[in-house]
Order: sequence, then C-alpha cells, then structure tokens
Amino acid sequence: MAQFLQVLLSGLSTGAIYALAAIGFTLVWQAARTVNFAEGEFVMLPAFFVLIGVHWLNMPLWLALIFGLIVAVIVLGLLFKKVVVEPMLPNGGLPLIIATMALSILLKEGAKQVYGAEAQPFPSLFPQATLHFGGAVVSVQDLMNLTVSLAVVVGLTLFLNRTRTGRRMQATAQNPRVAEILGVNTRRMVLYAFLVNAALAALASFLISPIYLAKFSNGETLGLVAFIAAIVGGFNQIRGALAGGLLIGVLDNLTATYVTTEYRAALPLVLLIAIILWRPQGLLGVDEGRKV
Amino acid sequence: MAALIVAPLGRTDYVIYVLSSWLIFSIAAIGLNLTLGYAGQISLAQASFMGIGAYTTALMTLAGVPWLIAAPAGVALCFVVGLMLGFPALLVQGHFLAFVTLAFNTLFFLVARNEDWLTGGSYGLSNLPRPAFWAFDTARNLPFYYFTLIVFLASAALMWGVVRSPWGRAFRGLRENPIRAESLGVDTRRITLLAFAIGSAYGGLAGALISPLVQYIEPSSFAFSQSLRVLLMVVVGGSGLFFGPILGAAVVILLPEFLRFTEGYYLMIYAAAVIALMVYCPTGLIGVGRRLGDQLRPKREARADLKLGARS
Amino acid sequence: MVNGDTQTIAHVGYPTSIFKSPLVDNPRFVKQCVSAAVVPLGVKADGPAGFSPDADGRSTIVCSTLRSLTHKTAYRLIDRFGGPKGGEGMNRPRFLAAGALAAALSLNVAVALATDTVNIPCVCELSGAGAVAGTNFHDGAHLAVEEINAAGGILGKTIEMTDMDTQTDPMTSRALVQKAIDSGAYAIMGTIYSGSTIVNMMVAQKAGVPQFTGAEAPNITQKHNPFIFRTSSGAEKGVPALTSYFKDQLKARKIAISWVNNDFGKGGHDVFLAQMKKAGIEVVADVPSEEGQADFSADVSKIKQSGAQAVFVYLNEEEDARFLKEARKQGLKATLVGEVTLTGQKVIDLAGGAAEGAIAHVGLATSAPIPSIENFVAKFKKHYGRDTDHNGIKGYIGVYAIKYATELNGKFDRKALADKLHGLTLDVAKYPNMLLTTSWDANGELSRESFITEVKDGKQVVTGTVPAN
Repeated sequence: MAQFLQVLLSGLSTGAIYALAAIGFTLVWQAARTVNFAEGEFVMLPAFFVLIGVHWLNMPLWLALIFGLIVAVIVLGLLFKKVVVEPMLPNGGLPLIIATMALSILLKEGAKQVYGAEAQPFPSLFPQATLHFGGAVVSVQDLMNLTVSLAVVVGLTLFLNRTRTGRRMQATAQNPRVAEILGVNTRRMVLYAFLVNAALAALASFLISPIYLAKFSNGETLGLVAFIAAIVGGFNQIRGALAGGLLIGVLDNLTATYVTTEYRAALPLVLLIAIILWRPQGLLGVDEGRKV
Repeated sequence: MAALIVAPLGRTDYVIYVLSSWLIFSIAAIGLNLTLGYAGQISLAQASFMGIGAYTTALMTLAGVPWLIAAPAGVALCFVVGLMLGFPALLVQGHFLAFVTLAFNTLFFLVARNEDWLTGGSYGLSNLPRPAFWAFDTARNLPFYYFTLIVFLASAALMWGVVRSPWGRAFRGLRENPIRAESLGVDTRRITLLAFAIGSAYGGLAGALISPLVQYIEPSSFAFSQSLRVLLMVVVGGSGLFFGPILGAAVVILLPEFLRFTEGYYLMIYAAAVIALMVYCPTGLIGVGRRLGDQLRPKREARADLKLGARS
Repeated sequence: MVNGDTQTIAHVGYPTSIFKSPLVDNPRFVKQCVSAAVVPLGVKADGPAGFSPDADGRSTIVCSTLRSLTHKTAYRLIDRFGGPKGGEGMNRPRFLAAGALAAALSLNVAVALATDTVNIPCVCELSGAGAVAGTNFHDGAHLAVEEINAAGGILGKTIEMTDMDTQTDPMTSRALVQKAIDSGAYAIMGTIYSGSTIVNMMVAQKAGVPQFTGAEAPNITQKHNPFIFRTSSGAEKGVPALTSYFKDQLKARKIAISWVNNDFGKGGHDVFLAQMKKAGIEVVADVPSEEGQADFSADVSKIKQSGAQAVFVYLNEEEDARFLKEARKQGLKATLVGEVTLTGQKVIDLAGGAAEGAIAHVGLATSAPIPSIENFVAKFKKHYGRDTDHNGIKGYIGVYAIKYATELNGKFDRKALADKLHGLTLDVAKYPNMLLTTSWDANGELSRESFITEVKDGKQVVTGTVPAN
C-alpha cells in the first residue's frame, strides 16, 4: 500500500508538470491551429535563461527567475509568433509543423553550443524537506508542482471564461473570422495565447529542472509527453490537458512499478492510439463534430 | 542519369558509401512523398517501416535465404503492416494520423530494443551478408553502389508509373480537395489506405537495402528521429513533386558533409535554413527552382480567383 | 628536362591520385636542374611482389604507399644524382631505390615512413548524447599528442590528429572511420560509445587499421577482431571485481540491479547476473530504465519494496544523479554500489548530498592517490582549465600506447602494431605515461589494476585497490 501511494503521489507530481506543458500546447493549437513540435524545447530553455542570469550575469536567484520568465515570454512567445508562425500561416499546416520541428533542433543545438552539453544542476525553488504520508515520502517540491498546476488551471479557466480578454481569446479560437467581424482584435488575441504558452512553459521549466537537471536534451521526452497528454485529455479543453497530464504521469509510474519496466514508455503511446481511435476528442473534450 | 552512373568512379570508399546511402534514403523519401505529398497524409513512421524491412531482410539473409527472396518478403510485410496501421487513418484526420504513426514508430523501437531473442536487442544484428548474384558480388562498395542504383531506378520508375496512372490522379484529387474527390466517386478510404501502404512498402525496400549496406543494424537507427529526417527530406525537396524527395535526400545527407567544417554549429545552420525555406518557399527546393524559372521565363498568369478552386 | 638520361624515381602505391610527391618534388628537380623525375606507379596490395635490386645495387625503389617522399629523401637524391656538376651519368632510365624502405607493397605496411607526419585521427563523440565523454577523450588524446610532438614525435614523426565528430550516431561513426582510413590513418583513436564502436570497428578491421576504443561493452572484444584495443576494461572484467566486495565485505544475500537499457547497460547487466548466480547471491529486483530517464520514483520504490540489501547501479552519469536523489528522498537504506560512473565528480556535483556514501568500482579514478594519475589530472587542468574524467585518461593513454608499441617495433607497420599489443604489458615504471601498468590480451581486452572508491564529504575517495585480473 505504501508503495502504491508513493508511486501515485510521485506520478501526480510529474504529471502536474506534463500538464503545464500540455496546457500551453493546447492554447497555441486552439489559437493558431499550430502544432508546436518545439514545445518540449520551450520547457527546456527557460531554465538555461535562469542559469545564464545566475552564472553569467551574477544575479540573485529571484531576479534570475524573473529575468528568465521575461526572456522566455519575449523569445518563445513574441518572437516565435512574429518570426516563425505569422509568415507561415498562409502557407498552411504542414510547412509550419516542419518549421517547428526545425525550430526544436535549432533551440536544442543552440542550448548545447551556448551553454554546454553537460547536465547542469538547477537550484530548487522550495526547501528540501520531505513529508511522510502513509508510508510514502513526498517532497515539498512534489506538493508545489501539484498546487501550482491546479492554480494555473483554475486561474486560466477563470481568466478565459470570466474576463473580456479571455472570452475574446476563446472566440478567436473557435471561429476567427466571425470574431474579427465582431470587432475582436484577433491578432492580438493570438499573440496573447503565445505569450501565455511561453509563460507556462517557463513555469514548468522552473519546477522541473531541479529534478531533471537542466540539459539540452530534456525537450525530447517532455515534448512528446506534452502532445500525448494534450490529445488524451482533450484538445479543446484546458481541464483536459490537466487531466491528461496527471493521468499519464500516474499511469506511467504504475506501469513501471507493477507491470513492466522495459515497456513503460509504451503505455502513453498505446493510450494515445486507443484514444484517437475511440474517442478522438479526448477524455474530457467536447465532441466537435465533423468539420466540413 | 549518366551522372548517377559515373558519380562514384574514382572516388574513395567513403564517398561511394555516402552516395549509396543517398540512393537508399531517396527510395524511402519517394515512398513518403506518395503518402504525404500526393495523398496528403502525414506519416511519421517511415523509419519504422525501414526497420521492418531491414530486420526482416537481416534475419532471413542470416539464415541463408538469398536477398532476392528476403527483400521482397520484407517489402510485402511492410505493405501489410501499412494496411493495418493505415486503417485508423480512415477514422482520424490530419494531425491525428501524425501522432498515431509517431506512436507506432516509438513502439517499434521499444519492441526491437526489448525483444532481443528476435532482434538482438541493443546489441543488434551484425555480419549481415552482402548479396551476390552469380558473378556479380557486391561485397565491395562500388559494385554495391551499382546494385543499389539498379534497385533505385526500378523503384523510381515504378513510382512514376503509379503517379501517372489513374490511381495517381485519384491521389492528387484527394490532396487538393477531398470532398470534391469523394463526390466524384473516388473511394477516399481505399485510396488513402493504398497510398499509405505503398509508401510504407517503399520504406521497407529502403530498409532491405540498408541491412547489406551497413552490414549491421540496431534499433536506434530506426527510431522516431529518423522518421523526422525522412519527412524533412520530402518537405525540403518539395513534397508532391516527383524529384522533390530525391533532391531532399541529397540535401539532408550530403549537406552535413559540406558543413562539417562548422563543427557543432552545422545543425543550427541547417535548422535555421530549413525554417527560412519553410517561410519563403514551402514547396521546397524544387519550388524555389520553379519560382526562379518563372522569374526568368514569365508564363501566362492564371486568374488568381480561380486558383483555389471552389473550396469553402 | 626529361631526356634519355633522366633518373626515374618510382613512387609506388595505390591510388595514385593522392600522391603529393610528383607535384612537390618534380618542380624542385627542375629548379635545381636535376635530371630526375618522380613517376607514380599504381601498384595494389596484390600487385607484383617487388622490384629487386640490380647486381650493381643501383636499382632501388622508393616506395611510399600513401604519402609523399620526405623532403630529406628527395634532397638526398638530388645530392647523389643531381646538379649540373654532380652525379653519375646514366645511359638509360633506371629505377632508383632505397632498399630499407622496400618492404612488402601492401597497403597495410610502411605508410607514414616516407613522410614527416603520422596520421592518427580522433573519431569521437563531440556532439549528441556522448558529447561529454567524447570531448574528454578527445582532450586527453590531444594532450598526449602535444606532449609527444614536443618531445620529438613517434620515431621522429609528428603526430597529426584530425577530429571527426560522430554525433554519437553509429552509422555516422562507421562512415567517418571509413573516411579516416581513406585518408591514410595509421591507427584510429575512438569511438567511446559501445553502440558506435561495434559498428565501426568492422570497417577498421577490414582495412587492417588498429583501433583504440574507450567502449566497455563486453561484446566488443568477443568478435575476434585482431585490430581492436581497449583503453579501459570491459564490463566483463570490471563487474567481477565487485563480486567479492558484495559477497565478502557487504555480506549481501539479496541484491537489486538498476541498469540503463542500452548496449552499455545490458552488457554490464548480463555479466552481473552471471556473477551473482555464481556467488549464490539472489537478485531480488531487476530494474531497467531508459537512457535519459528523469523520473526514478518507480524504480526506487520497486527496489525498496524488494528488500534488497545492496543495489548495483549501472547507469550513465546524469541518471546516476537522479537515482541517487530519489533514493535519498525515499529513504532507501540499501548500499548503493556502482561501476565506473557512480562516484564520479560529475555525479557528485549533480546529486549534491545524495551521493554521500555511494561506492563504485572504478577502472580509472581521477581521484586515485597515485602520483602518475595526480600528475595527469594537474596537467590536464592546467592545459584545459577544467577537471577531466576517466575518458580523458583513456584518450591520453591510448595515444601513448600507440607510441610505445610502435617504438618497440621500430617501424610504422599496422599489422606489427596489432601483433605487438597482443599479450603486451607496458610497465608503468618503464613507460610512465601509461599511468598504470597495462596489459592487453589476444582479443584486445585490457587488464589493469583498479580501485574501489566511495563518496566521502562530497569527494570521491579511493578506499581500496583491486589487482589486475
């Protein structure tokens, strides 16, 4: 029982991080119909911005974190949209996907060349204390991961549903042309989506790097899991991304512990195929019906 | 064509090896081009089909079966697997197929890695024999190149035939306007499935050639990242255009050789170049060529509003 | 000017397109008004056996298969035959020869003799997953090259080491080894990753070029390749050294193993299981993990549940750190014992306090309190401004092994080099830059004293030595 609890709680913690990445991914997809293959690298990079702040610019940690966040939002949000996405939107979906694939390579190699190939320790934001809970050990970090993710989901949902800007963003996502006719500044709404994604990615980065260590190759697995989490949970609902992330985190750990370690990576994939075949809108998604 | 025949003469083993590698990847890219460029379906599993072809051929040739039997067996297996995997392609659209194929590729890698009783696992399969046809032994690199060239030309010719056939026209209809195609009586499901299966079979053929070329195979050569590489070849060269994948394969395989002097930076330069290409000319390099051609030789300008057809 | 009296110097070998000597020396002959010319003769390995000297001893052949004539040789010929005043008149073109150089005309032999440099490329992982290991190996090798060149080179020849980045991709590494061989490598340094080495060593073997690898998977020395040589012990030598430690010192009856599921990890895993069976120790948990895995909660949990008294940890550095941290967090009580990587400085840096108390058997420890190693570490730090790891040592001693063995042979002969190394022991007293007394067996497997280390107060400390096996 203690083992089950341990694995469950650790899974929730990791899953919470996957959820953050998945949420951002979903936002960008909804806003600009962009499948961002570089999302994993978006989560990998902000940690390096912070490390640059701390080691090269000699900032104290709190300042470096803010610095990292701002740089992430500008580079991964604003610049990404303006330089990569916007010119390519008229050309259609596939070139954009390829461009984001190339972007992921660029960011990965860039981090490696600029900062180095080795994994870097990343300072933990929270005290190292642990709590014992029914035989399982939970760290403060674990709890904070969960709390932050939940807070983000709640906050984002409130923002999207209750504020004017949020509703405009939703309108843009659902039907850009009509939204534009109705006077919504769609370009700005799309920009906001990208900015929020970058901020979420940065947050995920700061939460995960103390455990994963900052390494240029972190993006590979994270990106894949983020996609899967988003799709499994439901592409058109923020809640879905959270559910998907948590589900995958927990199931991955449970599989590894009780079923098979060699094929643990297969579980999310099988889940993905199953969901796509039998419930393409995802577990919590709303059926969009066939689009003609 | 003549260039292909004389290219490897007088070159070092290394260059011949790279040229053979280029031809093999061209075959895989041509297959993916059918699926993606002509039929408009995104497949991210081409490397796993190469893997299926490679392992089948390897296992059979290690057991003494001649290549001429082993390779078609591998290709046929890929065709069947393609059909089975493509079936869900009918149920989902667009980006979702990308993820299904991505999942399949990763699963294939896991199976190849874990089931070492069959595949040799991480240790791989080594000492794969090179085929010998009566007097023509491909043990040395140069004869192997010509052997690869023959297979390549045959498969390219076959693809040319497919594209020019009624099937090919159906594929293109499917890509341009699936609804109209369906209303004209094209069985979209059957055609899509066929395109995917044929494309996968080509991947299998490429894999069947990799086994004797490298004479050693292991799972990570057929992982998802390789599928991305083949996809890149198709898109960079020009998807939907016949020579696109061949040009794309040349760029993806040969360009790093030229850029080697930049050491660590070459992947970055490469990635940046791809992004720029996608921004300015999404039809790939052949598209660039065409645009330049149009600039130099202006053609009649079609009416802009008729270009897209009666799409919604 | 060429006339009937021109002395003809045959430059023999294959392919002729890369001969530099005719391009360099012929204009020189013209300038010095020497009536001589270098003529390329394409002769393959299986070509005619050789040209025999005339009775008067004046017919000889200058043969150098892939390199130019040395300038020394050319000038010697000018002195002997050249100039408007000197030389003996000849009535017909004759083949000149330098007898000592006329060895077998096979490509495998006498390559770098006729030139000032010897080509030893470094084919290693400078990017990709293996970048850290490859870079250290590369730096260690270059340090050795610089030292050797400053001291006069190998048998008077300067070592020329070109770098080729395999990107940790086996197929790329295979192609690069081919490229290195095409450009006339005498011996090859690299690769480190077992997956790449097992592929590219076939190419080197086919061409008969000795290769010095940093890889540790057992299967590399099990393929009957007479041209592969390790620079550190394979897992089949390293892991058994731990068996007695588990059995006698830890007195463990139940052990778990956490290993990375690639060819490196699998090699160690398989050897370990066999060893534990022989020692009668029960393996209660067998936990594979993925390369680059970040979340070890399930792995540690399983091990905790199994009641193992000790854990054999066989992962790469970063995963070691993550594992250690998770083990510390979950309060895993079992002793953590590793091989090669677990107590490395990198792991200590990344795991912080969680590394305390970890034990590892190490073939090469940069922290070993042995003067030769301490010396090396200091030299490296001075030169590159940073610490190195066992891969730096591998690169360093690999180059020196080539030097020492070649000098023992007295000539540059690839086959002779390989033959010499089989069964060779280089005593560190006589060959100080090997850092430790090193032996190779007939399969290229390396045998050397090794160390048991432990992390104490955040540093790797050697707590015991294991004799060479």
